[in-house]
Formats: sequence, C-alpha cells, structure tokens
Amino acid sequence: MNKINSYGTGLVAGLAVFFGLMVGAIIMLVSGFNPVTGYVSLVQSALGSSLNIGEVLRSMTPLILTAAGFLVAQSAGFFNIGLAGQVWVGWIASTWFVLVNQSMTPWLSIPLAVIIGALAGALMGALPGWLRAQFGASEVITTIMLNYIALYGGNAFVQGLPKKLMTTTDMTVTLPTEDSLRWDLLANLTGGSRLNIGFIIAIVALVAIWFIMKRTTLGFEIRAVGLNPDAARYAGMSAKRTAVTAMTISGLLAGLAGATEGLGTYLNIFSQTGAPQVGYDGMAVALLASGSFLGIFFAALLFSILSVGGLGMPLASGVPTELVSVVTASIIFFIGANYLIRLILVKIDEDDAKQKAKKLAGPQKKGRNDKKVEKEAE
Amino acid sequence: MADQPIVLEMRDIVKQFGEFRANDQINLQVKRGQIHALLGENGAGKSTLMNQLSGLLQPTAGDILINGQKVIVDSPSKAAELGIGMVHQHFMLIDAFTVTENIILGSEPVNGLKLNTKAAATEIKKLSEQYGLDVDPNALAGDISVGMQQRVEILKTLYRGADILIFDEPTAVLTPQEIDELMTILKGLAAEGKSVILITHKLDEIKAVADQVTVIRRGKSIDSFPVAGVSSQELADIMVGRSVSLFSTEKEPAHPTDTILSVSDLTVKDARGVEVVKNLSLDFRAGEVVGIAGIDGNGQSEFISALTGLMPSASGKVTLKGKNITNKKPRQITESGVGHIPEDRHRFGLELDMTLAENIALQTYYKAPMSKAGVLDYDKINAHARELIEKFDVRTVNELVPASALSGGNQQKAIIARELDRDADFVIAAQPTRGLDVGAIEYIHQQLINQRDAGKAVMLVSFELDEILNVADRIAVISHGEITGVVDANETSKNELGLLMAGMSLAEARAQLAGE
Ligand SMILES: Nc1ncnc2c1ncn2[C@@H]1O[C@H](COP(=O)(O)OP(=O)(O)OP(=O)(O)O)[C@@H](O)[C@H]1O
Ligand SMILES: [Mg+2]
Repeated sequence: MNKINSYGTGLVAGLAVFFGLMVGAIIMLVSGFNPVTGYVSLVQSALGSSLNIGEVLRSMTPLILTAAGFLVAQSAGFFNIGLAGQVWVGWIASTWFVLVNQSMTPWLSIPLAVIIGALAGALMGALPGWLRAQFGASEVITTIMLNYIALYGGNAFVQGLPKKLMTTTDMTVTLPTEDSLRWDLLANLTGGSRLNIGFIIAIVALVAIWFIMKRTTLGFEIRAVGLNPDAARYAGMSAKRTAVTAMTISGLLAGLAGATEGLGTYLNIFSQTGAPQVGYDGMAVALLASGSFLGIFFAALLFSILSVGGLGMPLASGVPTELVSVVTASIIFFIGANYLIRLILVKIDEDDAKQKAKKLAGPQKKGRNDKKVEKEAE
Repeated sequence: MADQPIVLEMRDIVKQFGEFRANDQINLQVKRGQIHALLGENGAGKSTLMNQLSGLLQPTAGDILINGQKVIVDSPSKAAELGIGMVHQHFMLIDAFTVTENIILGSEPVNGLKLNTKAAATEIKKLSEQYGLDVDPNALAGDISVGMQQRVEILKTLYRGADILIFDEPTAVLTPQEIDELMTILKGLAAEGKSVILITHKLDEIKAVADQVTVIRRGKSIDSFPVAGVSSQELADIMVGRSVSLFSTEKEPAHPTDTILSVSDLTVKDARGVEVVKNLSLDFRAGEVVGIAGIDGNGQSEFISALTGLMPSASGKVTLKGKNITNKKPRQITESGVGHIPEDRHRFGLELDMTLAENIALQTYYKAPMSKAGVLDYDKINAHARELIEKFDVRTVNELVPASALSGGNQQKAIIARELDRDADFVIAAQPTRGLDVGAIEYIHQQLINQRDAGKAVMLVSFELDEILNVADRIAVISHGEITGVVDANETSKNELGLLMAGMSLAEARAQLAGE
C-alpha cells in the first residue's frame, strides 16, 4: 500500500497519457490507418499554424479554470461534479448581462459581466457545499442533480428571453466583438483565432489560486479540513465554513470559465443538450494533473491539442475525429485506472526484486501459498 | 534456550530515508521459542526495522536470513509466505465480518468454488485452544473488545502459518487486565515454538516476558543480552545512554494559588443522548497538577471534549479565570488560554499529510508572526518549528517532512511542543506519554511540572496510576461520568484509587481498606 503510493504522480500521469495514445494507435491500425501519420497530422493540425495555436490556447481557457475549481473543491474533500452546471450559469449570467446592457461602455459592462458570471457559478457551488455541511447531503448526488436543474433552467431562461435578443428560439443574437473579451491584439497575433482576454484571466486565476491554496491561511484551512476534519476542528477551524468557502471558490472558477465561453469564445448563448462539456473535461484535466497547479496548465494544453488537432485529422490523414475522442477517453480511463498503473509499477519492481532474490538464494520454491499471496496483494 | 536454532537473523541492516539513516548496520538474531524484545528510544528505528521484516520497506543494505537462508522480503505477502506475521497496532479488521471471516480473509479455504468455512472454523478452534487465544468465532469484529480484536489479529497470523510474530507496541491500547492476558499469550506462543519479537516502551513488560533484549540507539544496535538478572533501571540507562530517573519525577510540593478553571455541575450527553458526564464539579488551581484517574471509557474523553469546545455540554458551567467559556468554540477556548494535548494524536492532534512545521503552527497559523493579513510566512513557520524541534528534542530528518514520517513518540513530542509553547494558563494533557520511551516520559513529566511551577493549572488524564501518582498533586477519580473522590496524591494508595475507580465513594473505600 505504502509502496503503491510512493511512485511519483508525474510518472503515473505520463504513463496514462502514453497508454491512451497507444490504445488510439492500435485502434487506428485496426481500422486501417497509419497511426504515425495520424498522430503527426494531429500535432500539425494543432500546432502547425498560428491560428491553430491560438485556438489551442483558447480552448485551454475554460479547462484551466474548471480544473483549478475542481482541485480547490477536492482539497477540501469535495468531489465537485457540478462544474458543468456552474459553467453554464456563469455563461448565461455574464452574456445575458452584456446583451441587455449594450448601451453601457464595454469598459464597465464587461468587467461587471465577468464578475456576475463568476458569482452565479459561486452560488451554484456554494449550494451543494452548504447542503453537505449542514445536512450531510452527498455533494456527488446534489451536484449531479444541480447540473440538470442548471441545464434545463438555463435553457428555459434562454428561450424565454425577449424576441429582440434572439436570432432563433434557441439562440441569442451575437455580441459585437467590442462588447466582448475579444482583443484585436491577441486575434491578430494568432492569425484571427478566437483567443481572447479569457486566457489571461485563466492564467492569472491559476496563479492566484495556487497562491491562495499554498500561501494563505484560507488555503491552509482548506487543506487541513480536507485532509483531517477532526484535527482541523481541534485546531479551531470551522470545518463547515471552510468547506462551503472551498465549494464557493470552486464554483466561482467554473462561473469564470462560463463567462470566458460566452464572452470570449461564442459571443452568444444557445441552449444546450447537456451541461457544457468543459465542466467534465476540467475534472479529467485536474485528475491528470493530480494535485499540481503547474500540472493543470500542461494537462489542459494536452487536452486542447487533442481536441483542436482532432478537428484537423480527418482532412490531413483521413482519420475520423471520433478516434480522437477515443484517445482522450482512453487517457481519462487510464487516469481513472491510475491505481492499476501504480500496481503495475509495483509488480515491475517486485519482479526485479525476485530476479535479485533468485540470484541470491537459488530457485524459489513455489508453494500453495502463492495464490493467496496474490489475492492479498489486491 | 541456548541450544535452540536461530530462526531469524538480520545482518548489518541499513535503511536510508534521503539523507537520514533510520537504521545503521543493525544486527538482530532471534531464536526459536524466544521472546525477543526490541528496546530503544522514540525514533531509534525499531518500527523501521520491523517494517523491513514484514515487507513494507526494503533495506538499503544488509541481509535477512530465515533459518540460515538469505531471503528478500519485498511484500507483506512474501513475509507471510516466509512465516513472518505482524500484529499491527492499529487493527485491520473489517467490522461487519465475523471473527472467523476476518481470520480467513485473503486465504479462504475453498471446496471447488464454495467457501469451506466449516474447515476453517475447526482449524481456528484448534489454534485458539492450542495458544490460549480466547475468541468468539461468530461475533462481529466491530462488537468485540480491543483485547479480543488483538487476539483475532494474532490468530490471523497463526492461521497463515506464521512462525515469527512481530508485536509493535501491542500494549499501548490495552487495559491492565488485557495486558496481563497478552503476556500469558506471548509466553504460550513461545512455549509452542514460535518466536516473538516484542517492541514495547514498558520495561516491566520486558522484564515479565522477554528472554533476550536487543537495544537500539539512534539507528544502531548497541547491545543484545538475556533479560534475566537485569534491572529495569539498567535497561533504561543502556537504552538512553545516560542515567534516567525511572520512577519519580523530582518535584517540590505544590503551592496552589488562584482557581484558574472552574467546572460546576457539568453534564455532557453523547450522540445517543446518554449522559456520559454527570453533574461534574471540579476546580483547577494555578500551580497544581490535578490528575484524573479512571478506567478507559468512564467519561474522560467527553469531559475533555466539552472543556475544549469539541462537544457541547448539556448543562453546567465552565469558567476560565472568571470568564464563562461554556459551549464556546474551540478557537475561542484555545485563545482564552487553554492548551490541549489530545488523547488520540492521529485523529485530533495532527494533520498527518501536512508538514511537521505546518503541524507545529496548527494553533497559531492565523496570527502574526506566522501570517500577516491572511498570508502565511513560511520562513517564520519553519524557523519556529526548527526552534521547537531543537528545544523539545523531536527526532526528525527536518521540519519539512510530513508528520506521518515521524516515529510515534516523536509525533507526540511535536504535539506537546506545540501545546506547551503557547503559554496557556490551563493545560490539558490526555495520555501524554502513551507510546513514549522512558527518557521521553521523564522529560514530559518534567515539562508538566515546570508548567505547574510556572503558575499554570495542569490537568493530567491518564489510565496509568503510576503516572498519575508520580506527577499529580491532587487526584480526582472518575467513574461512570462522576467524580467518586478527590484525594491528595501523597495520602492515597493504588488500592484506594482502584476502589474509587470501581465506583465506590471515598468513605466506602476508606471503610473497606480500614476493615481489611
Ligand atoms: N518514510 C520516512 N521518511 C523519512 N523519515 C522516516 C520515515 N519513516 C521513518 N522515518 C524516520 O526514521 C526514524 C525511525 O523511525 P521509527 O518509526 O522506526 O522509530 P521507532 O523506533 O519505532 O520509534 P517509536 O518508539 O517512537 O515508535 C525516525 O526519526 C523517523 O522520523
Ligand atoms: Mg515505532
């Protein structure tokens, strides 16, 4: 057990990615594609032009924010599955605010809108936090439920907006780029991509959250409560208040992610068939980053390369985009199977030790004990 | 004994943690049928050595020989295969399983695909009779006493064919009665040809059962000799490497002054609404150590929890220096001048996965100089930790390791350092020396006396009468949540305390003792 945990998380994450890519390669082979060409075209599509690099950075934006949000909640002992719903309310609230205040100068309306989006997400995060702290309601259940409430409530809200704000029944008008997070400088640098100020917000937020978690008394309390609530209480911390605070911050970050989607990427709101995927992908990014803030940056980068590059794959190599989803899914699977990977590492080590033992002691006797030994090791 | 073969030999074992050498060329030889004690200060490297034998850690260098054959013990399952069994201090039983199911778990006998519980039950019965391990095979593990849980753990190792049994501080969690039973069991195991390695800080236990003792000091094996004819004092001295005072802490008579903490008619109810502390009244004065004597589970824990704000009190009043602190929040109580060395150091005392320095700052992190405007100053936090590590002789690689990397005794020292450093007017010390070596116990006792002499009120809660008699000036005995008597430490006896602990009133106890 101890040994299983002793392997570096970086190594495990790296192996998860490697296995994921291998599974993708095998599937490409089986379906008659050349995996080397496939992956080369993926990387080229993602990083081959400044436009695509811009799109990669753009697609990292909400992932960084939701992953950071997931990590904060996780530090306090919460599994926040509600990120997707929190993103969605943040998206709606921020974009709606700008839509109805187009007479306001963007210097005022945009910052206000971003704050409103963040607050909407924060409220959505605080609620399940409070429900658990107060009534012991499992946040896993409540956040899943709240995702549905957010999804359908949000869709109804969008569909109920005044006619003059809508292009179809399901979609609002598009905001002019002046009334958004777009910035010509960033767009021009990246060949006209949708890269926007949201990316800067995400990086600043990531650094700020790192600082809060590692260097402030609040972060100290969140970590202490998450690791051992009894000792935290003994030390005079309010376990309940700290947990609600952590979930609020988590939701706030997701709300920010929503604001960058609405005001940076799409510039409108359109009703969804499911709560935004970036909420769920953020969880996977956070898991791959296994607790490291720098790791979140790189994991988000990887996910974005896969998704942006995946769009270009069919053109360049004929490999369908669905396959990219398979690769991403396998990476997520292998992160989930993290424990399995650690187990494999232990086995490799043990075999190594067994070799040494054989050299030392000559042939080992195999006894009836072997079976139960293995069982126990599981 | 001398003619028995050597079953286990550890040769020049080195275990390195980064820069730090926890084991430095340790040698150990254990014979068949022998009870072999390992004696050493906190952090000497005993648990580390045994973890290499039970497959939890691998030696950096050195050899392990079983029956003269070199072996590599690279996993707990390998250890089991080699006949090495470890009885863990924190029992690893599944509460919802029966005793039998727990014992066979992981090595279930099967008939085709069907579990052959019957055969197992017979085997267990045989083993339990052979070794005098009284267990109820059909009881749920969650329902049985700590002593019986331990016997189940022993049976579990025997069932897997262990010939060498390791006990790491097995008596720390047992009542005196259960300790006696365990000692008999250990002797029984040895008589049946098993070898027992016993780690304990209690010298009388070594004297009572061990044949041989190996002394480990700061990672090195210093000496190994037969126990017969060696006094406890000699054992203590060789372990620490200097002369320690074993039995009584030097102290002047107490000069109690003002009442610091006053408890009146305090009643505490547990989660089920049962009154576990009933109308308890007691005063604690500056310059005095009050011992709370009692058998485990008589309301001591709840009493402490109510005083420190971890549990609500149903009625009654607690005042600290005249200020009402009844049902205040833990932090308010801490800040009004209460230090608390908790009974369960893993559950309450430490954030095991945070650094030692962060743990030392656990009660002060939110104040200057540890933090300013909500921003932690890790230079200060770490420097303060280094200072206390030095002052309280906490043995550790450095202040940045997680608290879980410290030996049990050193974890306790770190907590004591944190709580005594805060200059609290009222210090609660609950089982402060559990798992500590004699040198450290002497040191802690001295610290408590120093607190007293510095004008603090000290409350010492302990299940060990020797400790209470040695350190306390006044002793309050608690039984079923009530104080059955308050006596002067110099005017009482173990017998009298025993009767009070059993629930007699002071008058009844004195009458009975006079009548004998
Ligand atoms: N994983 C680890 N990393 C770093 N240092 C460690 C680790 N495990 C143990 N140590 C150090 O090794 C030393 C020996 O620890 P060990 O637990 O073996 O002591 P011990 O003799 O069992 O003490 P005690 O009587 O207090 O239980 C201690 O100083 C401890 O801090
Ligand atoms: Mg130990």
